[in-house]
Amino acid sequence: MIWDLHTHLTRQLRGQTPAEKAAHLIEVGARHGIERFCCYMGIEWSREPDPADFAAQNDQILAAVAAHPGKLYGFVYLNPKHTDEAVAELKRCVADGPMVGVKLWVAHRCSAAELDPIVSLATELQVPVFQHTWLKTTGNLPGESTPSDIARLAARHPEAKLICGHTGGNWEIGIPEVRAYPNVYVDLAGFDPTAGVTELAVRELGAERVLFGSDAPGRSFASQLAKVTGADISTSQKALILGENLQRLLEPALKAKGLTV
Amino acid sequence: MKRTPTPGSDPAEILAGAAFDRRDFLRRSAATLAAGALSLTRPARAQAEKPPVIDTNVYLGPCPFRRLPLETLLEAPDSLTRFTTALSTQSVACWAGSFEALLQRDYDGINDRLAALVGTDKAHARYFHLFGAVNPKIAGWRETLRRIQQVHRMRGIRLHPNFHGYTLADPDFVALLDAASQQGLIVQIAMRMEDARTQHPALSVADVDVKPLLEWLPQMPTLRVQLLNATRSAADALLVSRLSELGVCFDTAMVEGMAGIARLVEAVPEIKLCHGSYAPFFYPESAALKLVESTPELDSRTLAAISSHHAENLLTVG
Repeated sequence: MIWDLHTHLTRQLRGQTPAEKAAHLIEVGARHGIERFCCYMGIEWSREPDPADFAAQNDQILAAVAAHPGKLYGFVYLNPKHTDEAVAELKRCVADGPMVGVKLWVAHRCSAAELDPIVSLATELQVPVFQHTWLKTTGNLPGESTPSDIARLAARHPEAKLICGHTGGNWEIGIPEVRAYPNVYVDLAGFDPTAGVTELAVRELGAERVLFGSDAPGRSFASQLAKVTGADISTSQKALILGENLQRLLEPALKAKGLTV
Repeated sequence: MKRTPTPGSDPAEILAGAAFDRRDFLRRSAATLAAGALSLTRPARAQAEKPPVIDTNVYLGPCPFRRLPLETLLEAPDSLTRFTTALSTQSVACWAGSFEALLQRDYDGINDRLAALVGTDKAHARYFHLFGAVNPKIAGWRETLRRIQQVHRMRGIRLHPNFHGYTLADPDFVALLDAASQQGLIVQIAMRMEDARTQHPALSVADVDVKPLLEWLPQMPTLRVQLLNATRSAADALLVSRLSELGVCFDTAMVEGMAGIARLVEAVPEIKLCHGSYAPFFYPESAALKLVESTPELDSRTLAAISSHHAENLLTVG
């Protein structure tokens, strides 16, 4: 069972509509046996979307999810700087809609207090919060979170299910920064398939806190899957990372929405 | 010719997650395509026999940046056996240079150790084609080049200009190209070793600017050049196209994006793209799975060219 935590519907996909682009994504992912795809953000991205912008991007994901029920799972994209509107959008897309998670990108560092109402509601709705993180040697964007930011957020919200996107990119540093917070999971997507990342994540966090994601179509499914299939870990640990962990994370939301697990 | 479905190729079995060992996963991914069980754009093409693979981008020896699970060490002969076992599930031959060449400067010693590492076992010696280290900014490089060819009988040289402090506009580099051409050595140039965002902050090394090759290569028609880790996506199309017209080969190790190999070939049909894993720095499965991912969009001739024919031509032409 392979479930992909991290995909998008950007320009390089074939088709014009979100549904057509999702079909292309699903078709190519299926070449590796990937069954389910978590998807977020629209066809065109913006780093600091205003409420109308993130709602429009979420509408594209909603259209794709409607076209591929049970195959594509949507995460609602929010800008925490617009806290009230972000909470309203979370209610629209998750509490009252089919989405099963939250996606936060680079608008605001996630250690900020503005995140609290969003994370509290996500926790109440039993959905995970995916936060993009990087620790770039070349320097982060002003609003770009690091694994340390998500560690601070986790300390304030021990019941939340938080996902440290990209494992911070510089994973030797990122993994230890979230190690002490059992409610933080790491996402293997979106950086080169540097050997050793998955072994280190499993060693320090346990396989139960490691999630496969591809970041397709910007990345190949292949290079990101290789981080798991090529890792020197057990077969049962690979099964957890490739799908069982994500299934467990999403199960409450999927059941609440009457979706089959 | 139709591929015979291998045991365990049933997609339902794949989805059941029965096993994820490296050999098995690659076999299953390929078999899933061959079985035509999924919605593919060109399922008939996926049924072609899988051609043999020559991996043109492998490193031996200790990596200076991080401890790699499949790292090989002269002092630990079993490490080479383990590496070869992992790679031989995916390729029939590997072109290997030395990680030591990045930061160490005794190039003759580096090449001696590279040769010694694979020379202890006949099977290893057959499997690995070695590429020697040389730095045209170090006096005595011509003797190093002579030893690479005449003593070690290596197939070529692998250059790391960004680690060795010269550009491709440097006259010493051009002299090295000329000498390599005269001696019939393949020249591999590593354009980058790691994403700039994840490099060690004390070792931030810029990508090699390969544009000067556009000036030198027309003057050396018999020179055989391959750029390693040079193409990330179809966005590089213009420069890749111009270099391809001059006979330059590339490798797949850092080609990215969904079905990225197919998209690159579509953007630059004339590209001479060779299989390259960049193992053990990258998980070797990455390159193999990327080929699987792009297979439905590639015709059998292109697939064979990427897998081995371009590499064979580099070995035999010149």
